[in-house]
Amino acid sequence: MKLREIRDSLQADVLWGEDLLENEVSYAFGADLMSDVLAFVKTGTILLTGLINSQVIRTAEMADVTAILFVRGKVPDGDIIDLARENSIAILTTKNTLFTTSGILYSCGLRGIEDDKI
Amino acid sequence: MGNIAYDFQIEKDDFERAGEASSKIKKILRQLGIDSGIIRRVAIAAYEVEINLVIHSLGGTISISIDPKSIMIIAKDIGPGIENVELAMKEGYSTASDKIREMGFGAGMGLPNMKKCADSFYIESIIGKGTIITMKMMLKDGE
Ligand SMILES: Nc1ncnc2c1ncn2[C@@H]1O[C@H](COP(=O)(O)OP(=O)(O)OP(=O)(O)O)[C@@H](O)[C@H]1O
Ligand SMILES: [Mg+2]
Repeated sequence: MKLREIRDSLQADVLWGEDLLENEVSYAFGADLMSDVLAFVKTGTILLTGLINSQVIRTAEMADVTAILFVRGKVPDGDIIDLARENSIAILTTKNTLFTTSGILYSCGLRGIEDDKI
Repeated sequence: MGNIAYDFQIEKDDFERAGEASSKIKKILRQLGIDSGIIRRVAIAAYEVEINLVIHSLGGTISISIDPKSIMIIAKDIGPGIENVELAMKEGYSTASDKIREMGFGAGMGLPNMKKCADSFYIESIIGKGTIITMKMMLKDGE
């Protein structure tokens, strides 16, 4: 699924990465604990999280996460957006909760990372 | 490719800079043209160990050395040590406070993640002295 389709289906705002909206992701993963992210995600993933500190970007950087979608209307500080830019990680924000966001993306065809596929 | 080595000083409770060492390590490996799957494993393991030094230790160093056959990461801290290493290695075991959990850590997955990412993993800890973790990742065909 293209980041552009994700943005459109959630009416999300792009905080950084307008030029990256043609990029594709194969999976979504939702978590607020970063070691869970590091344990589960594969490349080609969009991370859904309500956490907005710099460690979210660092985690995404280490795990080669394609994009981060902040839920519940969260918007990180400018220096955190800068860190995402330095690492070419697209960041979006949606007013939806994690559950609703997941449901919308699932109904659009995006899938989670299942244990047996890791 | 000759042998390359770097040391990074990690300060206790320095959340501002936490992750910088791992970020630098990742960039160094990318410049060396190392396979991206291996870089990802090294970066994740280095980051987990770096965050542990910031959160759980009194400070320490992370050293990385790269030779034609392998990448070695050694994390050494100055205390307080881990009382029960076997327990600490269990998925889900964490002594992190609520405050740390609010920052996104404390899943109790860091040490198991490191072990999974590394081809070999050793941990040694002495209460009152500190913890040493040694991880090695093999490079394919002397990359
Ligand atoms: N360098 C260290 N010094 C002292 N104690 C440590 C150190 N590293 C880990 N520990 C102890 O081992 C426990 C398990 O570590 P682990 O990294 O697996 O989980 P965590 O750091 O608590 O949470 P997570 O890594 O998932 O965010 C920690 O909660 C802590 O009690
Ligand atoms: Mg940890």
